[in-house]
Amino acid sequence: MSDGGQVRRGGRAEEAAEDQVEHATSSDAREVIDDVDELLDEIDDVLEENAEEFVRGYVQKGGQ
Amino acid sequence: MTSPRFVGVETEYGITVDGPSPVNPVLASSMVVSAYRAAGDDDVRWDHTDESPLRDARGGPAPEPSEPLIDDELGLANTVLTNGARFYVDHAHPEYATPECSNARDLVIWDRAGELILADAAQRAQANLPAGSRVLIHKNNTDGKGAAYGTHENYLVSRGIPFGRLTRQVVPFFVSRLLFVGSGRLGSELDPSVTFQLSQRADFFEVVLGLETTLKRPLMNTRDEPHADPERYRRLHVINGDANLCEVATFLKVGTMLLLLEAIEDAALPPVPELADPVAAFHATSHDLTGRVPLALEEGGTTTPLGLQRWYLDALQRYVKERDAAVDPITEEVLDRWEALLVTAADDPRLLAGQVDWATKLELLESYRTRHELDWTHDRLKMVDLQYHDVRPDKGLHRRLAARGRVERLVTDAEVADAVHRPPTDTRAWFRGECIRRFRGNIVAAGWDSLILDVGRDSLQRLPMLEPSRGTKAQLGPLLEEVDSAAELLDRLTS
Repeated sequence: MSDGGQVRRGGRAEEAAEDQVEHATSSDAREVIDDVDELLDEIDDVLEENAEEFVRGYVQKGGQ
Repeated sequence: MTSPRFVGVETEYGITVDGPSPVNPVLASSMVVSAYRAAGDDDVRWDHTDESPLRDARGGPAPEPSEPLIDDELGLANTVLTNGARFYVDHAHPEYATPECSNARDLVIWDRAGELILADAAQRAQANLPAGSRVLIHKNNTDGKGAAYGTHENYLVSRGIPFGRLTRQVVPFFVSRLLFVGSGRLGSELDPSVTFQLSQRADFFEVVLGLETTLKRPLMNTRDEPHADPERYRRLHVINGDANLCEVATFLKVGTMLLLLEAIEDAALPPVPELADPVAAFHATSHDLTGRVPLALEEGGTTTPLGLQRWYLDALQRYVKERDAAVDPITEEVLDRWEALLVTAADDPRLLAGQVDWATKLELLESYRTRHELDWTHDRLKMVDLQYHDVRPDKGLHRRLAARGRVERLVTDAEVADAVHRPPTDTRAWFRGECIRRFRGNIVAAGWDSLILDVGRDSLQRLPMLEPSRGTKAQLGPLLEEVDSAAELLDRLTS
């Protein structure tokens, strides 16, 4: 048995697997960043024109 | 044994008309509500007979006896929809009050149906205004300039619960639930050092207990108007919550309250940790993004919003475990999601983005601010804050996030679209909605607990509906299928 139930592995198959994991992680992170970028582009597109003026003029009557 | 559970949520939507000529918000709201009905249909008026908004749960002199009041005296638009909801003008806002629902999941569906109804109604109203006018509707609770407007939850509870005990047991919950009920806002009415806070409404609350809803707002509202048999029931009118767009937030807001009220009715809640100053704690909880701000306890020492929530979760998990051999799926989902949410929040409440509105909005504001290098007080950030609540599917930022899969969904678009026209099947809302759908021409007025029909006889006929569990599809579906007219329905019901 090995330390704390951990199995030490080695060899080419292991390295290939590690590469794959690393690759998957960085591509996931890339996708998240791309997604946020796209989202922010979209918000720039749909955000009210003259946002500053609009938001300054947004006044509501009080309710309950 | 607990009373049957019913819940409804009323929301006053923000309204603004942008265009060549200014439109008064009362008129604009009236146009939005009126525009929604089908061409040729009259409004279904509201029956005020059993309304008593000034009756106080703490006692005091009996209110003036009110005569049946069929017309809305101010001539403001009011209608009752085939889905059992009330859609009307209240305090210069269009208000949508969901039909009575029997569980948190249904409430999410019928609350979201309201967003579609408002978006549709605003578009129709726009067609009646000068070219270039736009009617914009926001499901929010403040303009960020000193005005607040409400989202009120209504829960049917047993008259047998002493009001003082109920207050003691729910107030610490109201304070701490802001962690998932808050819809978030930039700035503060009270503290200029606050850049962003959890709740849209917290700053507008001034007292613990009271009858008012527009001034000196109380954490615990004492309005005693059950819209049901007053001998058996009271209605807990919860005015301290925010309007939510996240389905998880609405589901937990309502699901946890329903469960808490069951435990309180069953006298199964252990002594609650009481706060020394609930209003100050409410503000402090809203102004802190960690869930760990110290809140002084009545008996000395402190707790935190997360600590209080954990206390209620533990108590209600024990209550359900002891009570139910088999837990119903919705209660189980409420407990599981609530626990998961508190575990995440204990790590960092900001990780609740995608589940609760304040964290979803804050994440968006942070990314937008970073990209454009904006100061926290910049008007474009305020626009992002406001437009998060826009009900238009193509412009509302929450809706855009949902379309991108960045917000967790609990119900389907098909369920929500269906709920625009159809009532829940297992409450009295079913009978109200179905009668309006089938016999609209005969319905003179409707209320939460009545229908007034004109079937061509000497006097109008009033059908009382004082019991919210009566009028379901299972009870009255067969009868409604058999009758061909409102007159026949009335005869069959009163024979």
